[in-house]
Amino acid sequence: MIINRRTVEKLVRKFFFCTAAASVAILFMIMVFLFMEGLPILGKVSIKEFIFGQYWYPTSDPPDFGIFPLILASVSVMAVSSLISVPLGVMTAVYLAELASRKVGEIVKPMVELLAALPSVVIGFFGMVVVAPFLQETFNLATGLNLFNAALMLAFMSVPTICSLSEDAIYSVPTALKEASLALGATHWETIWRVVIPASLSGISTAVILGMSRAIGETMVVLMVAGGAAMIPASLFDPVRPMPASIAAEMAEAPFRGDHYYALFATGIVLFLFTLMFNIIADHIAYRYKQVGDSTL
Amino acid sequence: MAQELKMLSKHLNFYYGEAQALHDVSLDFNACEVTALIGPSGCGKSTYLRCLNRMNDLIPISRVDGKILLDEEDIYDPSVDVVMLRRRVGMVFQKPNPFPKTIFENIAYGLRVNGLRDHTSITKRVEESLKKAALWEEVKDRLHESALGLSGGQQQRLCIARALAVEPEVLLMDEPCSALDPIATQKIEELIHELKKSYTIIIVTHSMQQAARVSDKTAFFYMGKLIEVGETDTVFTRPKLRQTEDYITGRFG
Repeated sequence: MIINRRTVEKLVRKFFFCTAAASVAILFMIMVFLFMEGLPILGKVSIKEFIFGQYWYPTSDPPDFGIFPLILASVSVMAVSSLISVPLGVMTAVYLAELASRKVGEIVKPMVELLAALPSVVIGFFGMVVVAPFLQETFNLATGLNLFNAALMLAFMSVPTICSLSEDAIYSVPTALKEASLALGATHWETIWRVVIPASLSGISTAVILGMSRAIGETMVVLMVAGGAAMIPASLFDPVRPMPASIAAEMAEAPFRGDHYYALFATGIVLFLFTLMFNIIADHIAYRYKQVGDSTL
Repeated sequence: MAQELKMLSKHLNFYYGEAQALHDVSLDFNACEVTALIGPSGCGKSTYLRCLNRMNDLIPISRVDGKILLDEEDIYDPSVDVVMLRRRVGMVFQKPNPFPKTIFENIAYGLRVNGLRDHTSITKRVEESLKKAALWEEVKDRLHESALGLSGGQQQRLCIARALAVEPEVLLMDEPCSALDPIATQKIEELIHELKKSYTIIIVTHSMQQAARVSDKTAFFYMGKLIEVGETDTVFTRPKLRQTEDYITGRFG
């Protein structure tokens, strides 16, 4: 009996180990592939030329493989989108966790989460047919498909992430802390601002960074509404070509294992490094500033 | 100066939704006295305590009727500002709950939300409160370190200091020693003894010995009703009712 039980334990452990190892191995192999297909471009251009080159003309003769406009496009779209999504997401989270009546919360919370379920192509479509003409007419622009439109659509996409993760963080602040603050004669608002938010700041920061990393990696929306011009944007309403859009749009046309192909994979590496950095920062904050509050004895 | 009436409840009933948690509780609290509320778990003593600074307002389905007067003013009157009330009636909780801030900031917080901005007077008040809570000597060299690094007993005294800093008139203590070891408990009890010179203290406790040691008056609660109240000596040595005697002597509860 005992031996039998032990064997089962062992088998179970091995089975789960194999499953976990398989996922890790597959991910690792994808990463290896990404680097294998991307690094050869460095035989043509130096890292510096690739990253800081101002011109992206991969099909000209001779071609230019400078992805600086693409990086700048991704970063600026993400920055503008965070300016919209962070206040919106965090304030919604504060409202839902602290201020909303139970009834309102029960309606609003699933709706915000539903927003996360919207396929990105639908959001892109909305940006194309509703927001773009509106921007074009209101601001008298050459095109409504531009940096601002993309940022706005990406903001819609990251608000649910930011909001629901922040809400969890705020909600998990111990009641004891809130009561302590109220018992000292603090108002509800003072309690939220000076106790609840500081105590949940690490969770909120993680939420914000994960939301941003979702925005920078998003492809379909920027492909549809960013305008697609590989130029360094001069204003909020210039069309741009973020990295994911560039990869998605050009990959089909790039000759297999040609320079253009390698350059697109290398762009993928840069993008990967960006999201990796965001995730490491998020992890670090979550670990370093672990939510504290409940006093320890 | 003794026997001056500070706070009282008259025919207080409290409901959690349909369930009635307190039945017709009338109780007087004298200024500069310690009143202990005792009784088995779930008897309503904590609920009663939390009515006194309207902490129960936070529970959405709760309802109060009857009166609680603080200096002859009904604290449940619609004209009463509950924030002002809580500044006058401070509270120390069962588990030490310092903010995840520095020791200094834990105390400065209450002062700041009460409108004190001047740094010098804040520093002065922080020191005074820590001294009153008998914690100053232990923490004066590390005021700007996290309060979460203190021991449980120190944290609880910090919470007392924090409550005292806003200069309340009444101090409610909800089993302040239940999470502490005997040495820390002794320190808090000595402190209560010291504090009653200037504050009206109402303390909920599960420990008969503690009630006997620290309080002037003892009120015994059972099943949401006030069963007996009197001088602590009398309640413990010659209780009027059988129920009280059974509880005190440990036959039930």
